Amino acid sequence: MKLPIFIVFAGIAFSGIVYAQNDAPQNSCVSCHEMMGAPYDSLVHAQQADIHGKNGITCTDCHGGNSTSMDYEVAMSPAAGFRGKPKPKDIPELCGKCHANPDYMKQYDPGLRVDQLTEYHTSQHGQLLKKGDTKVAQCVSCHGAHGIYPANVPLSSVYPVNVPETCGKCHADEKYMADYNIPTDQYAQYKTSVHGRDLLEKKDLGAPACNDCHGNHGATPPGLTSIARVCGTCHVNNQKLFQKSVHKKIFDMMDMPECITCHGNHGIQVPSDSMIGTTEKSICMECHGQGDAGYIVAQTMSNAIDSLKQIYHHSEDLIQQASEKDMDVSDLKFELRDVRQNLIQTRTMIHSFDTTQVLDIQQKGMKVGTDLVASAKDLISEYYFRRKGLVVFTLVITILAVLLYIKIRQLD
Amino acid sequence: MSEDAKGSQRRSLLKWLLGGGAVAWLGTVLYPVFRYLQPPEVPEANVSSVKAATVDEIPPDSGKIFKFGSQPGILIHTPDDKWRAFSAVCTHLGCIVQYRQDLDEIWCACHNGHYNLQGKNIAGPPPRPLEEYVVNIQGKDVYVSRKA
Amino acid sequence: MSPGRPDKSNTGVMEWLNDRYPIKAWQDFAKKKKVPLVHGTIWYYFGGVTLFLFIIQVLTGILLLFYYRTGSDQAYESVKFLMTKVHFGWLIRSIHSWSANLMVLSAFIHMFSVFFTRAYRKPRELTWITGMILLLLALAFGFSGYLLPWNQLAFFATKVGTDIVGVVPGIGDFMLTLLRGGHEVTGATLSRFFGFHIALFPGIFTLILVVHLALIQIQGMSHPMGMEGKEAEMKTMPFFPNFVMRDLLLWLIVLNVLAILAVYFPWELGQKADPFASAPAGIRPEWYFMFMFQSLKFLPAHILGFEGEILGIMTFGIAGLLWMFVPFFDRSSLRGVKSRKITYIGILIVMFIIAMTILGYILS
Repeated sequence: MKLPIFIVFAGIAFSGIVYAQNDAPQNSCVSCHEMMGAPYDSLVHAQQADIHGKNGITCTDCHGGNSTSMDYEVAMSPAAGFRGKPKPKDIPELCGKCHANPDYMKQYDPGLRVDQLTEYHTSQHGQLLKKGDTKVAQCVSCHGAHGIYPANVPLSSVYPVNVPETCGKCHADEKYMADYNIPTDQYAQYKTSVHGRDLLEKKDLGAPACNDCHGNHGATPPGLTSIARVCGTCHVNNQKLFQKSVHKKIFDMMDMPECITCHGNHGIQVPSDSMIGTTEKSICMECHGQGDAGYIVAQTMSNAIDSLKQIYHHSEDLIQQASEKDMDVSDLKFELRDVRQNLIQTRTMIHSFDTTQVLDIQQKGMKVGTDLVASAKDLISEYYFRRKGLVVFTLVITILAVLLYIKIRQLD
Repeated sequence: MSEDAKGSQRRSLLKWLLGGGAVAWLGTVLYPVFRYLQPPEVPEANVSSVKAATVDEIPPDSGKIFKFGSQPGILIHTPDDKWRAFSAVCTHLGCIVQYRQDLDEIWCACHNGHYNLQGKNIAGPPPRPLEEYVVNIQGKDVYVSRKA
Repeated sequence: MSPGRPDKSNTGVMEWLNDRYPIKAWQDFAKKKKVPLVHGTIWYYFGGVTLFLFIIQVLTGILLLFYYRTGSDQAYESVKFLMTKVHFGWLIRSIHSWSANLMVLSAFIHMFSVFFTRAYRKPRELTWITGMILLLLALAFGFSGYLLPWNQLAFFATKVGTDIVGVVPGIGDFMLTLLRGGHEVTGATLSRFFGFHIALFPGIFTLILVVHLALIQIQGMSHPMGMEGKEAEMKTMPFFPNFVMRDLLLWLIVLNVLAILAVYFPWELGQKADPFASAPAGIRPEWYFMFMFQSLKFLPAHILGFEGEILGIMTFGIAGLLWMFVPFFDRSSLRGVKSRKITYIGILIVMFIIAMTILGYILS
């Protein structure tokens, strides 16, 4: 009787072992830390699902140790190379072991850059870390450690939409940043800015996040004289015009940060036309005063834009009226786009701070707008013409009908 | 005047008035018909196939914005003598793109978006390629029509 | 020259013609034509109104032909061009569309008034049958013309309409392919419908119309029932010129109504047909098909083992045939008696059509 029972139990135990061995090769780090519950189990699962885990890179590749032994003294022994949780100052080199090695990275993705570590050393973060400041950002601070995804994946902490929040983890924390003497309102300002709203609310990936102006791994604030070039990576014409304008030399001489002087940096808004001109709201008046050359330029440019805007809205309004009267306005709407385009071009031309160029381009828009107003008015009068025509026709018919009626009476 | 004479006078008057009324009515009917038959100033009906330009207007390595329905289109004569046409509405925020001879690319001035000569968005904010149209050369004329 | 004839001022021409053709005989015959004066006299006008509207259709249709282009890549654009750039093009097109609807309405009223007064009875059976054919042709005109602007509503209405044809057992598929010029509604359908609309149907319509009018001229106007043998006592008015003048007056007013409709309720063009877009919401046939459309919608999918739709269509077909041959079923009318049964059936049909039409609009 005892032998069969023993065989049965042995069988169960054996199959249990076999079953447990089914997820080969068995990773002892994973099995133990999974069993330990929070917070380890979520870290384990995150790593298994992320880009490292999916490419066969596991715990021991960063932490060292022996993943074949279930005995923690063996698994986590320094002899086996176990590092435990890496220290902040060691992290860049740890990640760089692979990520700065072109031959190694080629196997996984030949297109990946391998200069992040070099760049990092040039950045504020890298320099401070070298000096021993462990509060600054290193690889893990932005990318995470377990659950790392490529930057073009929405799950990634460095996916463009997530970047401002990731940077803001430190840079928006007043207490954390207390020793550094730099503002902590950037994230808050950015969220209200046109770039922030486009990226965070409209999910327009073309809008810049922190790294697009400050750099990623080589992050530094742009130099005073090269700000225009940073903005100019997207706002090409504004930059080109500004570089050729009188303001470029003067701003650089006076240490005024080029674009930022008028537009702000983190809290930058959609520029309003009131920024130009000679009213108290306009920025020109912060340096210029009544009577100087700049004052006249400001006034001229402001008036040019105002007239163009006026004619744009006037024609838009008339076109809408005509369209409500069921006239076909598709041709007119096409021309209206031209006026709108011209308005954009004129506002861009402001950055030349040269009235000749501004007026040149504005004139073209004014002409199209004037023609549009006339055409729309024509359409509206056509509408009234039809109704008047109907009245005439009805009159003629009524008279004829009355006459016919009399004739009928006469015949009877 | 006798009753008969008055009556016949009235009938005569009525006849004349009736005739006049009929002529006036005929006028109000025939005038629109007459005007209708006169062709309007724009001779061609708007079709979804548009004559965008003549061959001579656009030398190689240049482009032109033309009207396609109620939207702007861009017609390009590439440096290697191919003709391409696309919607000129930038897929980022709707500005009108232009041809850049120096880059051999289509470019949007608003936020530095770049498209290659196949209309594919290659740099900058634009998220999608430009809608492509079909180009047909008939003699000296370049016709652009929507893809089937 | 007799008094009260404003148009016969040219005696010379008439004499010239009279010397060569039996004009006098026609003139005498015309003088004899009479219209009964009864409190139902007003219904006698609707045939003329329908005729007038048909003439308007032909005239405006010819004018539209000057600018309309066939082909799925040009039809819509040419109509748009007509509505916006051609001088008074908007007027011609809107009149054509409104007149089409009014003509169908007028034809229905004319048909029902003939029905209820039993004017179809012997000896006017053929007049009734030709009239029914004309009515069907008018509906066919409407259906074919509706597609010509090649807009979204028309495209899908045609698709649904021809789909229904395809449901007829046996020949359905063949008829559907014949109508569509293919299996789907395409530019081929447009070409075909255009041919139907401006050539085939006008030709057949004109032939049958001539027969219809000739029959009426030969037999004279129908008297109300029960007046047989009492013609001499019946109050009448001469067709020429009294009734004709009244006709003209009414036609003038109808023309004015058309102009008012064209200016205040211009016919819309909508979007160009896009076969790949989903059917627009609120797609429905023109109002004169609505009652059939709606009743088919009400039918359950299966009735006694037959597909509901097929049964519905067959019912309409058979009902139409019976209606067309009602002069042969209505024996009472031969005796000069208005059969109550016929009257009730007529009222029922009218109410059915009106109710289904209203429901069709409310429920969509």
